[in-house]
Amino acid sequence: MLALHWLPPAGDFDTALAELRRDEPAADMLFDSLTGLANRQIDFMQTRRLDRYLTEVMPKLPARAPRLRLALLGSSTLDHLVPGIRVGALRRGLLLEVEVAPYGQWRQQILDPGSALYAFKPEAVLLALDHASLLPELPLETPAADADAAVNAALEELSSLWQMLRDRARTTIIQQTLWSDEPPLFGHFERQVAASPTALATRFDSRLADRASEHRVLLLDLRGAASGVGMQHLSDPKLWHHAKQAISPAAAPWLGDQVGRILAAIRGLSKKVAVLDLDNTLWGGVIGDDGLDGIVLGQGSGNGEAFLSFQRYLKRLTGRGILLAVSSKNDRAIAEAAFDQHPEMILRRGDFAAFEANWNDKPSAVRRIARDLDLGLDSLVFIDDNPAERDLMRRTLPMVAVPELPEAPELYARCIADAGYFEAVSFTTDDTQRNEQYVANRERRQLQASATDMESFLRDLQMTLTVSRFQPADLARVTQLINKTNQFNLTTRRYTEAEVRAMMEDPHILTYAGRLVDRFGDNGLTSIVIGRIVPDDSAKAIELDTWLMSCRVLGRRVEHAMLSVVAQDASTLGVSRLIGRYRPTLKNGLVKEHYPSLGFAPVETDGEAENGETTWMLPLGSNHLPPVDHMTIVYRRD
Amino acid sequence: MNEAAIYATLNEIFRDVFDDPSIEVSPEMSARDVPEWDSFNHINIIVAAEMRFGIKFRAAEIDALRNVGDFVALIDRKRQAA
Repeated sequence: MLALHWLPPAGDFDTALAELRRDEPAADMLFDSLTGLANRQIDFMQTRRLDRYLTEVMPKLPARAPRLRLALLGSSTLDHLVPGIRVGALRRGLLLEVEVAPYGQWRQQILDPGSALYAFKPEAVLLALDHASLLPELPLETPAADADAAVNAALEELSSLWQMLRDRARTTIIQQTLWSDEPPLFGHFERQVAASPTALATRFDSRLADRASEHRVLLLDLRGAASGVGMQHLSDPKLWHHAKQAISPAAAPWLGDQVGRILAAIRGLSKKVAVLDLDNTLWGGVIGDDGLDGIVLGQGSGNGEAFLSFQRYLKRLTGRGILLAVSSKNDRAIAEAAFDQHPEMILRRGDFAAFEANWNDKPSAVRRIARDLDLGLDSLVFIDDNPAERDLMRRTLPMVAVPELPEAPELYARCIADAGYFEAVSFTTDDTQRNEQYVANRERRQLQASATDMESFLRDLQMTLTVSRFQPADLARVTQLINKTNQFNLTTRRYTEAEVRAMMEDPHILTYAGRLVDRFGDNGLTSIVIGRIVPDDSAKAIELDTWLMSCRVLGRRVEHAMLSVVAQDASTLGVSRLIGRYRPTLKNGLVKEHYPSLGFAPVETDGEAENGETTWMLPLGSNHLPPVDHMTIVYRRD
Repeated sequence: MNEAAIYATLNEIFRDVFDDPSIEVSPEMSARDVPEWDSFNHINIIVAAEMRFGIKFRAAEIDALRNVGDFVALIDRKRQAA
């Protein structure tokens, strides 16, 4: 029930952990091994053991691994959940520093500006509250209007606490849906008595999501996530009475995974692509042997309907921005024909951003898919019914997520959903168009292949870049890009939405959002620069705090155009030079030469070199900026 | 599972919970003898034992525990009843 059933069995976990402790390899290898161990179906005690070792070696782990500071505030004891949360994040390659507020102190910690909570400077705060901590216990005869007012008052209180937390800590807030273990007083009639605990709680919960959206607060939807598990399995009443634990330690690995996936999503570590096998994954049978008429798909058979239902789920995922790809050992023409010709097929050839049907090994195919889509291997989920292929993938490319698919196709979708690979923290129009954008990218690549040289290819794209300051409507997309762009990202500075909003209002900060349109379509908001105006000797300089771009528009010299826009502003503002920094991470090697390629000169700095950071400078005025004659630039300055 | 086997399993649990491979449980041992045996680790021992022995304790049974000997007797009784 509470098992992490999508992960492979724990197997020799205990021996493997003991060996890792004994050998303690170098930082990168140690990090990979720990992440590997976290990706097994481990129980509460094993999770504790792994966490203990993780905490011990934390200072030795690579400085470039993504990290996050999380504060836990709750109306119940939370300490026993910390190992599960830390391991849940580690499972997704994220290292956590966790601070737990003392039991019963959650309100004071928010209200007191001098509290340990604020001193900790959390980047995310999880508020795990129960109904009793916000909702009053009302006499059952209380009129409906008064009961309703009590619910609204509780929501008001919570909203003002969010506001305070946000203003003081500029942090991402995660609100757990309220916990309640109250047995009903009336049974089925309960919700029709306005002041009953269940009615109050239900009304509160139903308004919480809207309220949270208004305040840009994320939800940990415990009730929703537990609906497949059974709330009663999450708690043990005697542990509440003995130790004020609302969630039982036995449920800690499961709960920790739920929290871990949200934190990973905040840091842009959610998966982006579902790579799918075909035979016995998207339909029953083997298309090469059974033929178009022989495969099991729809046709009113239970099994055929189950495959259809899985396809329908995948199709819905594309609608929220998840890309699909095929990796199948098949004849390409036969595989493509199945999508074009089978009358009941829900997924069509055009739904796949990459299509690898051949007789090569699957790890090579998956590598090619990642390269074609300009995405890291750790953005991919490999979905295959064949245990041998899964095993090979895990051994060859451990950064690819490989769910332990159940044998029955009717359980495939639930398995993928339960694994939480595609956890989101926003949903933007850009997400809804992603699949078309990648399909258009295929057409662009074909144009590139046919073009005789780079210049003519770029001209033939007929690009227009529209640059403006961040607009309120862009906030979700801008924050999404800031937090999930890994490759073309010079400093990989992550900002919460509250911080981005503050930058928009800061007169010393210049924000630039670039949208690229070309003859194949709209690439959306894909380019971001944030500059700070800083004093510099006698004049002023613009320090480029952030410069990032979605890999979708890589190789189009958009960066040249962005630079020309910033330079235009600089001359208006009387700025003498631009200062840029490159901060290396595990993933941004791509932009190591970004500044020198734009004509920036290196600046000698002392002390910073240990993390490999380099500083660059471009004097303005006499210098020649790289020419931008391959696209039209529209700059909408405020 | 006889009493000796219960002691052996419990010993593993204690070593795991307290992260101390030198711990040897004995019938008279109680929270007074182990500095890290606080209410937090007490619950960890209880939950780990429930998982390992496949049983569930009641609040009253936990209240009545005075030492490891009591705990072993309780586990033995519950296992027999199960």
